Amino acid sequence: MGSNSEFLNIKDVSTAFKINGKYYDAISHINLEVHHDEILAIVGESGCGKSTLATTIMGLHDPEETKINGEVDFEGTDLLKLDENGYNQFRGAKIGMIFQDPLSALNPLKKIEDQISEVMNYHTDFTSEQKHQRVLELLDEVGIVNPKRTARQFPHELSGGMRQRVIIAIAIACKPDLIIADEPTTALDVTIQAQILDVLRNIQKENHAGIILITHDLGVVAETADRVAVMYAGQIVEEGSVEQIFNTPKHPYTRSLLRSMPQLDKENDDLYVIKGNVPSLQKMPHDGDRFAPRIPWLPADAHEKEPAMHELEAGHIVRCTCYKTFKFPDEQGGATA
Amino acid sequence: MWKTILRRILIMIPEVIILSILVFLLAKAMPGDPFTGSINPKADPAQLHHLMKMNGLYDPWYQQYWNWVVHLFHGNLGNSYQYQEPVTRLIGSRAVNTLWLALFTTILTYCFALPMGMYAAKHEGKLPDSIIRIYTYVTYCIPFFVILVIGVWIFGYVLGWFPTTGSISSTAASGLPSIGSRFYHILLPGVLGALFGTVNVVQYLRSEVIDAKRSDYVRTARSKGVPEKDIYKHHIFRNSLLPIAAFAGYSITGLLNGSLFTETVFSYPGMGLLFINSISYRDYTVITALVLIYGILNLLGTLLSDIILSIVDPRIRIQ
Repeated sequence: MGSNSEFLNIKDVSTAFKINGKYYDAISHINLEVHHDEILAIVGESGCGKSTLATTIMGLHDPEETKINGEVDFEGTDLLKLDENGYNQFRGAKIGMIFQDPLSALNPLKKIEDQISEVMNYHTDFTSEQKHQRVLELLDEVGIVNPKRTARQFPHELSGGMRQRVIIAIAIACKPDLIIADEPTTALDVTIQAQILDVLRNIQKENHAGIILITHDLGVVAETADRVAVMYAGQIVEEGSVEQIFNTPKHPYTRSLLRSMPQLDKENDDLYVIKGNVPSLQKMPHDGDRFAPRIPWLPADAHEKEPAMHELEAGHIVRCTCYKTFKFPDEQGGATA
Repeated sequence: MWKTILRRILIMIPEVIILSILVFLLAKAMPGDPFTGSINPKADPAQLHHLMKMNGLYDPWYQQYWNWVVHLFHGNLGNSYQYQEPVTRLIGSRAVNTLWLALFTTILTYCFALPMGMYAAKHEGKLPDSIIRIYTYVTYCIPFFVILVIGVWIFGYVLGWFPTTGSISSTAASGLPSIGSRFYHILLPGVLGALFGTVNVVQYLRSEVIDAKRSDYVRTARSKGVPEKDIYKHHIFRNSLLPIAAFAGYSITGLLNGSLFTETVFSYPGMGLLFINSISYRDYTVITALVLIYGILNLLGTLLSDIILSIVDPRIRIQ
């Protein structure tokens, strides 16, 4: 497995939810690749479609309530064409998922051991002894101090950080090629956050897995990710390596996000606030730059009519040409808000 | 586990004492007396006073209560004024009848309600769900005694399929035929009770299953690649049945008290019918004994529910 081999290729994927009988796009025309040995971060505000993208890859949407178009090419198989049984061969086995809220993501009535070995029941032919050994091994791997004891416990007996470790153990139990981590540290405090991210990084190195890390925390991104895709209102607006995104951000949204990040080393307490909100699904604009209403000082002709992706340098792509003229109101030469 | 149960039982002791005082005082507060209606109206009032005095009915309430409690501990609940029979024996034979009817109805109710609730929730918002929901609401809306009267009339009198009175046929031989005859007598009230008493369990289970279906742990299970059938089996149903199991404790005692209608309409000699009769005859000893038993049964029901819950839900277990 070479470090550049892409094994997940998301091509032109759109997911629409049915609301009052009509379908509304939650994500539209997403193109992304994930390679082995990399952590791809997907960042954006709440409601911009990050989690929808994750659940679309996992096939966790109710087919009666959603309409999904495009192709999710996973190691040569288009996941979106699979039926439930076919999908179940991938879920848990080749794709593992880590959820946001460790407090509710475990079944309160089952012992930790049973919840971890459940995934092996369907994807391995381990004997129960082998499963037991693997459970202890996994718990140790995710940094649980006393695996034997924890295996016998119930979720309510564990702390939030420990539960998240258990969820990671479930996700990696069958050594998946792809791990989707949907805000894995949001519900945890900062010290635990760092430990969990360490666990994720170690696993990735060991298994040569690719990780999709969904987060709104740019600190986590800077610390963990190799590549970044910035999402806004269901679209990817900028994609590049961590260095490209953090050192030379282009799209106004990326720049706004970075600017609204608290800087501990600076005295200035005033945070930049992006005006307005992510539009709701029903109110999503369908033509023009979707971010334009939130930077009203930029003249309309700065945006492309149908914003396309432009590759600036290898791997760094940005939507719309408005980045060329965009300035914050308080910047030199910027228009006044 | 045992400690939890022991503690729950200890808490019950003051509850039972308070209950017994209340029951006793309430019975005393009822107007009327047990003799006026049963003796010759032309009898000398002095004779009535004498009877009342002989039976200690003029003593202060605490003394009457104390006598009652002392007797209670000797297993003596007094004599029924109406039936001239020890209350314990009177209740004992009827309690067995009521217990059979209640058990049969409960089991049958769950047999109907559990599949209905699960099926409705699994097909939430679809036709079968709507049908089951309408069914439970309609059966809930019709007063139960109306159902019973109609049931007795159609299946008992018009069609003549089922007996309409008693708990056992007077001609049934002992042994197997007597069991058969008993069963035959509780069949109609049991089936009617079960068919028209499903609403609680169905609606409760349905909403539990629907909640579980959308829960995060079910999503986790899906992301493990667990097939839908197993998700229902191992995660959704198991977790949804938990509150239902706890509910079973209450529902059994609920049926023991709630057999009033059934027993009255079917003239089924159980505790409910005895209760109604003893109230109309001011049969104090029987009334107090029955209310006390109902009260204790309710306490036991909650205890049973707690025990069931602590067995099935690890979160309740106290070390």
